[in-house]
Amino acid sequence: MNRTKGDEEEYWNSSKFKAFTFDDEDDELSQLKESKRAVNSLRDFVDDDDDDDLERVSWSGEPVGSISWSIKETAGNSGSSHEGREQLKSRNSFSSYAQLPKPTSTYSLSSFFRGRTRPGSFQSLSDALSDTPAKSYAPELGRPKGEYRDYSNDWSPSDTVRRLRKGKVCSLERFRSLQDKLQLLEEAVSMHDGNVITAVLIFLKRTLSKEILFRELEVRQVALRHLIHFLKEIGDQKLLLDLFRFLDRTEELALSHYREHLNIQDPDKRKEFLKTCIGLPFSAEDSAHIQDHYTLLERQIIIEANDRHLESAGQTEIFRKHPRKASILNMPLVTTLFYSCFYHYTEAEGTFSSPVNLKKTFKIPDKQYVLTALAARAKLRAWNDVDALFTTKNWLGYTKKRAPIGFHRVVEILHKNNAPVQTCRDLKDRQQLLAYRSKVDKGSAEEEKIDALLSSSQIRWKN
Amino acid sequence: MFTLKGNRLPAADVKNIIFFVRPRLELMDIIAENVLSEDRRGPTRDFHILFVPRRSLLCEQRLKDLGVLGSFIHREEYSLDLIPFDGDLLSMESEGAFKECYLEGDQTSLYHAAKGLMTLQALYGTIPQIFGKGECARQVANMMIRMKREFTGSQNSIFPVFDNLLLLDRNVDLLTPLATQLTYEGLIDEIYGIQNSYVKLPPEKFAPKKQGDGGKDLPTEAKKLQLNSAEELYAEIRDKNFNAVGSVLSKKAKIISAAFEERHNAKTVGEIKQFVSQLPHMQAARGSLANHTSIAELIKDVTTSEDFFDKLTVEQEFMSGIDTDKVNNYIEDCIAQKHSLIKVLRLVCLQSVCNSGLKQKVLDYYKREILQTYGYEHILTLHNLEKAGLLKPQTGGRNNYPTIRKTLRLWMDDVNEQNPTDISYVYSGYAPLSVRLAQLLSRPGWRSIEEVLRILPGPHFEERQPLPTGLQKKRQPGENRVTLIFFLGGVTFAEIAALRFLSQLEDGGTEYVIATTKLMNGTSWIEALMEKPF
Repeated sequence: MNRTKGDEEEYWNSSKFKAFTFDDEDDELSQLKESKRAVNSLRDFVDDDDDDDLERVSWSGEPVGSISWSIKETAGNSGSSHEGREQLKSRNSFSSYAQLPKPTSTYSLSSFFRGRTRPGSFQSLSDALSDTPAKSYAPELGRPKGEYRDYSNDWSPSDTVRRLRKGKVCSLERFRSLQDKLQLLEEAVSMHDGNVITAVLIFLKRTLSKEILFRELEVRQVALRHLIHFLKEIGDQKLLLDLFRFLDRTEELALSHYREHLNIQDPDKRKEFLKTCIGLPFSAEDSAHIQDHYTLLERQIIIEANDRHLESAGQTEIFRKHPRKASILNMPLVTTLFYSCFYHYTEAEGTFSSPVNLKKTFKIPDKQYVLTALAARAKLRAWNDVDALFTTKNWLGYTKKRAPIGFHRVVEILHKNNAPVQTCRDLKDRQQLLAYRSKVDKGSAEEEKIDALLSSSQIRWKN
Repeated sequence: MFTLKGNRLPAADVKNIIFFVRPRLELMDIIAENVLSEDRRGPTRDFHILFVPRRSLLCEQRLKDLGVLGSFIHREEYSLDLIPFDGDLLSMESEGAFKECYLEGDQTSLYHAAKGLMTLQALYGTIPQIFGKGECARQVANMMIRMKREFTGSQNSIFPVFDNLLLLDRNVDLLTPLATQLTYEGLIDEIYGIQNSYVKLPPEKFAPKKQGDGGKDLPTEAKKLQLNSAEELYAEIRDKNFNAVGSVLSKKAKIISAAFEERHNAKTVGEIKQFVSQLPHMQAARGSLANHTSIAELIKDVTTSEDFFDKLTVEQEFMSGIDTDKVNNYIEDCIAQKHSLIKVLRLVCLQSVCNSGLKQKVLDYYKREILQTYGYEHILTLHNLEKAGLLKPQTGGRNNYPTIRKTLRLWMDDVNEQNPTDISYVYSGYAPLSVRLAQLLSRPGWRSIEEVLRILPGPHFEERQPLPTGLQKKRQPGENRVTLIFFLGGVTFAEIAALRFLSQLEDGGTEYVIATTKLMNGTSWIEALMEKPF
């Protein structure tokens, strides 16, 4: 498709997003001649080659007219007939950065990066690094030294790594001895380039036994961290856990294994998985939490199955009046307790769904229990239960005379559920009523009611 | 240009499709979906992919696993390291940088930071002096020196614009991003989130008021506004403490009203013509004022709420060193009422940092409450927070924070929000530790705070980069030095405001240009540290 330059401009400039236009004449940067020259002369950071000048490159990245370009053409890579394509010409002073890196043959880092014109002909990552026989590009006379050297095999580790970074030809297979491999790794690490380190680690992972790899990396912190990050990224959980085990990083081992549960959707499978997490070397506190997590999910599965059955049977009043909005599976403990106080408040301790059972199993402190129960019963407007909670001996362990700390939370809950002012009056709890009064809107009908009650001489307030 | 989305590509009469993306694995999945959903019946299109700022082995492997790698004719990289956000602000916008550097020991983003700095030096001259504090700062400086050595090209003959470079690790100051920002821009970010200089706001306050409109045309889509210094009014108020914004807006309103009233005074044709020519500017100013008045109202609704006041009170107690060693009632209440988990995490981390770590009993208590209320899976997040140093047990039984606070004067009681005299105005009392370090480096120099620097994590250092003789410049008396300050791990708008404040001080001596791996706030920061399913 051959558009004229004018059409191209119109197309780009008429796009939805008027951002950067390559032909920005008023660009003040284009006037920074000094800077332009400096930027254009940058080498190592722009994947430039041994060639000195900026050259015209074809769309495929080959310098037009170069040997490698002609080789590619001869080799019949006809997919790259890019004559019709426009060259990406940018006129801003960052033009060096838009310059495309040179293409290479199949053995380099960039073979992972290089587009193949024949879909499906791409080799596997590991194949690309292996020493497959070269296509016979007869070395032609007068090839530039740089190109010729691409096909020789005597690059030192540091040169290899440098060439890898630039996406050039480099076979790693010739690093056969352990010492060579380690030196290669050292060079890669000192380069700080993530892709290069990853490429070398992939090679080592393939060509070294697990034990040797682990042993060597144990004393190489940077490479080790990189390997861990890499294994996490590609999801090689098995090798990762083996590594942690080897390093005796027990807590990380445990956490890494536990983390997997997030990917298991099926509740039964997740429950089984959590079971395998118990007894792993977590810290003492965390071990208890993991155990609780398993137990909780186990209970939730039972409760969910049972309640779903009750709900569909349609005989239980509470489910008819307040149909469930969501499943209880994977909900946090406090939410589960709230649910239990809502739907199963009166059940005896023996059942899995009773609040008392939950309290006992998970050692929920009294304060937390009462507040949650209060919230649930208030939501149902079960004022008798609310009343009962206030008058139990366990009520926050406080005497009736003093307003307990945290009482404001009680007020919050009642207020949220529009507890009738009556409740407070019935409880003869003036403190609570006063606290409640501070929450209602000024001048509201409720405030009036409260004031009326407070000033009533008939009520004998207990506090 | 279209935003990357799943399923099918939008219809467009083009032959080439270029994917312009960051090297993130999740994006590869979306791209694969796009490629695989291509309509076979239509004309075949060519696909290309441009990774910013670098290609990634793992991403290409993912494309291969999804069976689409071969569909790409070109896979290249576009080395955009530092993106200018404003005249004095650059960011790499690398969300993962903090986690990678401080939790995983992966220094790739530091490598990109160094590359970005080399680009800057190519454009603006070699920076003669490099100062740094922190492990990552040290790494970046090493990379820069090494890159310069390998740079065999002609010597850079550009007159240096920057006098100094200051590299700072985020973990030298873990406190600042946890506190709620109180500048205008900071609050917009805290409440609504500023993304790439844009903010999305609830539309109700921005509906144009037309007569007789029964409200049936109320917009339902969020109002999107661009926020940068190109807008005069915004440039004026963005870095002010929010409490000082109201008076600026009302003064502006009077000025604009008066300007519009001028039309009554225009009698001659010439005067009318002049008035009309200024109309666009006046209308723009009025529109700008209307927008910011609405935004200020939205913010005020939040800042005058009881909960905001309670939260701020607790933050300020912690930052001034009060009661950091016991379980805090407000935090307990927030957990009990199941407020947002990130809000709770910010507060407990703030307490931990202000106490140099929590007593084991207090830490265990918070952890249990959090896990029971929000779910056990958050063990993983809590572990990450501990690794980052944000929420950890106190070791050695020693709290260093009071020493740091007193030596660096981090808590200033007498803050003037309207006409500030010190950087502590950005948090109405707390001076950002990072900016204080920059301030002291400029005057009188870090030798005066050696002891505190040793308490803060990571090495501190100084490097000189030799300049060719012709380029060495002596600053004239009264001429400000220019310091490029690079935050490795993220920076908040409040810190940027504080640095701008220092820049415009009469005899401050230094002007700052700010660079960072990411513009962030406490919420986005903690969120990046939460463990999510793969």
